Amino acid sequence: MEPQALLQDALSAIEAAADAKALDGVRVKYLGKNGELTQLLKGLGKLAPEDRGAAGKVINEAKSNLQQALNSRREALDQADLDEVLAKERVDVTLPGLGQTPGGLHPISRSLKRIISLFQAAGFEVAEGPEIEDDFHNFEALNIPEDHPARAMQDTFYFGDGRLLRTHTSPVQIRTMLNAELPLRLIAPGRVFRCDSDMTHTPMFHQVEGLVVGEGVNMAHLKAVLHQFLRSFFGRDMKMLFRPSYFPFTEPSADVFVEWQGGWLEVLGCGMVHPNVLNNCGVDPEKYTGYAFGMGVERLTMLHYGISDLRMFFENDLKFLEQFS
Amino acid sequence: MKFSEAWLREFVNPDWDTDTLSAKLTMTGLEVDYLLPAAEAFSSIVVAELLEVSPHPDAEKLRVCRVNSGSAEHNIVCGASNVYPGMRAPLAVIGAKLPGGIKIRKSKLRGVESEGMLCSGKELGLTEDADGILELPKDAPVGEDFRAFLQLDDNIFDLDLTPNRGDCLSILGVAREVAAAAGQSLPEPEVPRIAGKIVDKLNVQVDVFEECPRFAGRVVKNISTDAVTPLWMEEKLRRSGLRAIHPVVDITNFVMLELGQPMHAFDLATLDGGIVVRHGKPGERLTLLDGEDVDLEGILAVCDEGSARAVAGVKGGLGSGVTTETTDIFFEAAYWTPKMVAQRARKLGLHTDASHRFERGVDPNAQIRAIERATELLLDLAGGEPGPVIVVASKDHLPKRDEVNLRRDRIPKVLGMEVRDEDVEQALNNLGMVVERTKAGWRVRPPTYRFDIEIEEDLIEEVARLVGYDNLPEYSGAAQLFVHPDEETRIPSDRFKEALVDRGYREAMTYSFFDPVYQKKLFPNEDLLSLANPISEDLSAMRVSLWPGLLDALDRNLRRQRERVRLFEFGKRFLTRDGKTKEQLVLSGVVSGSVEPESWGGKQPSVSFFDIKHDVDALLALTGDASAFEYQPGGPSCLHPGQSAEIKNLTGESLGYLGALHPGVQKTLQIERKVYLFELLFEQLSAAKLPSFEAISKYPEIRRDIALVVDEQVPVGELCTTAREAAGNCLRETVVFDIYRGEAIESGRKSVALGLILQDKSRTLKDEDADKVVSGVVAQLKEKYNALIRE
Repeated sequence: MEPQALLQDALSAIEAAADAKALDGVRVKYLGKNGELTQLLKGLGKLAPEDRGAAGKVINEAKSNLQQALNSRREALDQADLDEVLAKERVDVTLPGLGQTPGGLHPISRSLKRIISLFQAAGFEVAEGPEIEDDFHNFEALNIPEDHPARAMQDTFYFGDGRLLRTHTSPVQIRTMLNAELPLRLIAPGRVFRCDSDMTHTPMFHQVEGLVVGEGVNMAHLKAVLHQFLRSFFGRDMKMLFRPSYFPFTEPSADVFVEWQGGWLEVLGCGMVHPNVLNNCGVDPEKYTGYAFGMGVERLTMLHYGISDLRMFFENDLKFLEQFS
Repeated sequence: MKFSEAWLREFVNPDWDTDTLSAKLTMTGLEVDYLLPAAEAFSSIVVAELLEVSPHPDAEKLRVCRVNSGSAEHNIVCGASNVYPGMRAPLAVIGAKLPGGIKIRKSKLRGVESEGMLCSGKELGLTEDADGILELPKDAPVGEDFRAFLQLDDNIFDLDLTPNRGDCLSILGVAREVAAAAGQSLPEPEVPRIAGKIVDKLNVQVDVFEECPRFAGRVVKNISTDAVTPLWMEEKLRRSGLRAIHPVVDITNFVMLELGQPMHAFDLATLDGGIVVRHGKPGERLTLLDGEDVDLEGILAVCDEGSARAVAGVKGGLGSGVTTETTDIFFEAAYWTPKMVAQRARKLGLHTDASHRFERGVDPNAQIRAIERATELLLDLAGGEPGPVIVVASKDHLPKRDEVNLRRDRIPKVLGMEVRDEDVEQALNNLGMVVERTKAGWRVRPPTYRFDIEIEEDLIEEVARLVGYDNLPEYSGAAQLFVHPDEETRIPSDRFKEALVDRGYREAMTYSFFDPVYQKKLFPNEDLLSLANPISEDLSAMRVSLWPGLLDALDRNLRRQRERVRLFEFGKRFLTRDGKTKEQLVLSGVVSGSVEPESWGGKQPSVSFFDIKHDVDALLALTGDASAFEYQPGGPSCLHPGQSAEIKNLTGESLGYLGALHPGVQKTLQIERKVYLFELLFEQLSAAKLPSFEAISKYPEIRRDIALVVDEQVPVGELCTTAREAAGNCLRETVVFDIYRGEAIESGRKSVALGLILQDKSRTLKDEDADKVVSGVVAQLKEKYNALIRE
């Protein structure tokens, strides 16, 4: 057969090949070892030398065309196969994902974490102390002697053997100051306990106590650090107000307020460490001064997330916890 | 401290409106808790006089009154029975508005026209008395507006005072502060000097001057039994939250509110001889005014020659108080020391207006003034003949107000701000302090009523208060920079919490004390540490584990139809060991329900022991070396004996337990579903291994799988440990990839499929090497556990 006619037959066969196997059959039939086109090429030697060039060119052209057609048909078949697989593998991407869903931290933990990291960034160290305390650390060393009316400010849980549940995180101040080298910058987060339970009090809550002692520490520093903290915690610029107050372990003492929905809201208490407290811890009040502050974590958390009922923190209702993911 | 604004303004009247006054009080440290109008809104109520009272023709309980309102006469129908001709009373005329917005209209009551309404105290929001018409004094000016007559356009302040400011528990004390805030100083009030008209005295003997440095008293005889407390006084008392009781009692209360000195009045006729101030004897008892009977042993008491009549500084006794029959009285005004009153009041569990003031410190110089003022009021109200003022005092025992030095350069050291000398002096002067200049600053003598001024810082606070805390500057100090130590081998608790959160747990927070009965159900052998004064029985014992609280929280959620609960808590437990309490930080979890949330991907299996073990493994893996821990069967009795394990580290220290809640305990606790728990000691858990690089082998791994048949009781964990030991250095990893029981395995035995992954650091392992390792392992397992290769 003439190369052209052969090519025409082969092209029709390629077109008709429905899959890779059929297509390969076509290739073998024409281009295989004994393929028809291969045979023609082999037959070139029998031609007169002067005819070989022209005939060879025709055959090679046919072969090249055939190869091209085979390639493009293969690609088309591959594409069709892939399309079929893709169609088969299509999923409804709007269905929910499978597997474990993350839980969440308790909102108090979340606040504590933020408070701690804000103060750590300012160079404060975290200190901790026992929850079961003695009279010395919880009261005496903090300038609250027995029968001091300030003891009535904090309804204390007692064990009946001199021990008690700490009513504030301030004992950590004492424990740290008794052992630490100055200057000192610490915060003491933790649970505290008061014998009180109603709409606005739970018998257990969390405080973060702060203490800075060193040379040249004064109330202007205290104002600045608290104002910066409050702005960071609430994530916006806000006015802050210091108002005279009383804590036995600080002098002068202040309650701290922030501007809140048109009024002033008390958020924490603070003051300059009382010289008696410094003395009780072996720190010379003539050389060193210090400031201390204490904040209620529940209160800050309620304000920050708009929680209306304090008691929800300890009811552990998943419907509540799930709102803090 | 609750008081009327108008009363305060009688003492000091700065040019401030009510809101400004309130803000100033708060800003000087006397926090205004609330501010309320002294009377509710009402209008067109006048002082009226009843001219005639006649029965209603058609209603037995009603009366028809002819009433003069000053400018007109009115016909008023009235239901109260206490009306009589000549009575003066508040009349709401036509068009008047009563509290609550009720408007008075002309009306007919059973056919008789009423042109207004006579009002009870309750209708005007002044008293609780709704039974009768409010009777006004005989000299109340007819026709005057009732609000003006009673000065009802007044406000009630309630101050939330800090315990250091006992001096502000009186109008006088608050007035001093207001004056100072206004830049003035308040002169001390003038003391009336009332000479004795009679010579009657009581002998006063003070046995315990340490607790009663000054005792003042006075006899007043022949007071009128008809006296009534005037409305103005009743109103002042009311606005301070006190009810009128008896003219004499009201006077003592009035003086306490006005001057801050609590007083007591005895019915002289009930006293047996003179006064003795002494401690109660063993067995001595006293019935107090309110009927409570108290044990007086060791309690300081005001006694007569026979028996105790009052608890000093706290409360009077029942038998010696004034009554409507009383004609002769004995006034007492003493200085009881703060410590004594605090101790005794607490011992007796009593808290009174008097003890509240004495505990915080009453001016030790105020007793005579109080007696004189009370006498003055009494003579006005009820007449009578006063005897001389009796005073028994011990100078040595009266509190000394030491002078306090204030150094000029200490002020900026504390406040971060310089204050001008004139401002310092003015502030202290206005607060009643005697200020004298010294080289370094000032020598200051605080007034006797300021118990809170003891050291230099107290004076600095006073200066700061009057300068205004608002005016203190704010600046960030220059501080030394520290790089604080950060131990890499200590994993912060947050890391563990986050791991659990990522595994679907929610953090819970439960109280550190919990129901002892519930705790005992889980831990019958633990000694519980109990609170002496718990909030309630179910919050009375310190928790010995976080499980009880978590189980309770889980149970509550299950009861709220939650199918799947995964909770953890990080906190302290309190164990008693060898009589000592150990506070231990633990990380605990409870799980119930399906492993993963419900989904379209098929039914979710319920949590099993191995799911919670996987969670614990994930926590252990955070230490960087999970292989440093092992699980041993067993656990506390509240766990399922066959599904519980203790976790130990390489040194054999226990970290804690995990497992299924014992079905028996689950039933006792009435928890509906199967629950798994874990609790790990944080101290041991958080010790991390520091990574240390090891050269990576470039030679290929070979894996050999073996299936061994062993007795059911053989723990696979031990099998693996033995295999590891037998295999030696070239074993990189062991995998348990199948456990099979059933066909072809005799009962009581199980088939365990182990994959051994082998690799050498320095050469390619050959098949013969692997075969040698495997046969070594098999031989060892056969010897130790009778393990046979499964054919």
